[in-house]
Amino acid sequence: MFKNILLATDGSDHSRRAIDQTLKMVSPHKDEVHIDLIYVVDGETSKQDVLNYGDSHTATKKRKEKFLDIIQYVESEGVSSEFIMLHGDPSEEMIEYANQEDYDCVVIGSRGRNKWQTLILGSVSHKLVKYVQAPVIVVK
Amino acid sequence: MSTLSIKENWLGNIKGDVLSGIVVALALIPEAIAFSIIAGVDPMVGLYASFCISVVIAFMGGRPGMISGATGAMALVMITLVAQHGIEYLLATTILTGILQVLFGVFKLARFMRFIPRSVMVGFVNALGILIFTSQLQHFENEPWVIYALVGVTLAIIYLFPLVTKTIPSTLVAIVVVSAIAIWMNIGVRTVGDMGELTQTLPMFALPDMPLNFETLMIILPYALALTIVGLLESLLTASIVDDMTDTESDKNKESRGQGVANIVTGFFGGMAGCAMIGQSVINVKSGGNGRLSSLVAGVVLMFMIIVLGGVVVQIPMAALAGVMIMVSIGTFDWSSVRNIHRVPRSDAAVMIVTVLTVVFTHNLAYGVLAGVVLSMIFFAVKISKVNVLTLYANEGKKRIYYVQGQLFFASVTDFLSSIDFKDHVEEVVIDLNDSHLWDDSAIGALDSIESKFEQNGIEVKFIGLNGESSRLLARLGGVSKGAGH
Repeated sequence: MFKNILLATDGSDHSRRAIDQTLKMVSPHKDEVHIDLIYVVDGETSKQDVLNYGDSHTATKKRKEKFLDIIQYVESEGVSSEFIMLHGDPSEEMIEYANQEDYDCVVIGSRGRNKWQTLILGSVSHKLVKYVQAPVIVVK
Repeated sequence: MSTLSIKENWLGNIKGDVLSGIVVALALIPEAIAFSIIAGVDPMVGLYASFCISVVIAFMGGRPGMISGATGAMALVMITLVAQHGIEYLLATTILTGILQVLFGVFKLARFMRFIPRSVMVGFVNALGILIFTSQLQHFENEPWVIYALVGVTLAIIYLFPLVTKTIPSTLVAIVVVSAIAIWMNIGVRTVGDMGELTQTLPMFALPDMPLNFETLMIILPYALALTIVGLLESLLTASIVDDMTDTESDKNKESRGQGVANIVTGFFGGMAGCAMIGQSVINVKSGGNGRLSSLVAGVVLMFMIIVLGGVVVQIPMAALAGVMIMVSIGTFDWSSVRNIHRVPRSDAAVMIVTVLTVVFTHNLAYGVLAGVVLSMIFFAVKISKVNVLTLYANEGKKRIYYVQGQLFFASVTDFLSSIDFKDHVEEVVIDLNDSHLWDDSAIGALDSIESKFEQNGIEVKFIGLNGESSRLLARLGGVSKGAGH
């Protein structure tokens, strides 16, 4: 069974769904499971967050606060969990991280924040399925 | 977060820096030309500026991986100066701007940028986006439909070409395609060549040709101050964005000095004042650049391209540049601030809108920032000037206690005084300032006037619970002779 799971998230409702489905999947043996939640800050997000929060330190703090809720939610369901934040191109960073660490599987929601972005930038989930060595679960 | 060594800054990422530097150079050319035209100078002035600034910043800047050059924000500030006094005054202003920016860095004033509220910053970029957009409307005036078509084609390529590949900047593809269409179909549209001369030579050192006297200084100083503020604001904002994108730290005071030196050099080499560019820096980091080498490569490749391809560059139709500028304005505008405007506090939204409106009406970003900062201060003063006074009687109604909560200063004393009843029939009044703080002359004056008014009615007043700082202020300024202790 999958014990060490990497879960890609952007804080959107779609990624919430991926979290719920993952929790459902691991619930029979949740004591043995660990989920790392990974979030990648891309260039546009950096620009918007720095503009809204003033500087990089504050922006980082706000992001951590935002994901702390999700981590607490996962832990409240009895699964140990940690938050990982990287910077750069979301798919590239996630693929590199997933492949250098030893995960049993990678979970990702099928659609992110914005349809237009998906059209322009290509789908992150598609790239993950293609390039991550571990099994990838795409949650619809 | 960490700071990198000198060697890592230069040679830590050679391949990434060289490739991204080339990409940025290609994207810089149309912008440098377009910003020159906004400012009302020859295209070479912007191209020399972008070349000098990015090369100097590569060595002197505090934020590796950030791209600086001629920018729209700066160009917009100089329009009237150029129109009224000409290019030589612009060069002198550029040098003075540089000197002021160096001083700013030397005195480590970067931290004061924190005093500029975020809603003002958002208003700044939104106003910048709007002004860049409106500056392009002149290219559509009294023009045939073909201009609209060319701008449309430019925008379509810019936004759709990334679907094919993201390695080549889509703005460059758009410019090449639209120029080719205009040349082959022999459409007689206005080109870059019509806007000014494009010399295929390296910039030369020269002193600005103008009288060096007090009168000149008084003409250029206001512009230099505005450029200093606008330049540092955008540069330090961009530096923070690059900090966040690369998860590394940067030295903001060093960056201020670097921007200053870059502008001084630029002014002596015939370029207009510039600053960091948000869009180009994001492109640079996204294309894999994060070292000083990327900025150097961007500058050198830009100059090389102009010297080699100058003859082709003059044939670029203005419609293509207008398309690029419309894209830049859309990218500059912070759309999330409009989407979320109902969610932010109303005072913040008001500050943002006032900043934007001031800029749109005065065409000067510095005035917008000033108006925004002043308005935020007023809002802050209003918010903090709410004083809450609770009151109760003691000793069978012979003594009255006022319990004051809040900050006492010029804006709040009127409220404070009006909540005290001087005609009360008591023998003693106690003002409890445990949850209050005296900030200025007006606060001390209020206490004085309370004391004298009660004394006229034969009532004794006691002030209790002053905190340390407040009692020191009182001791220094106050006429209150008694009862100031705890």
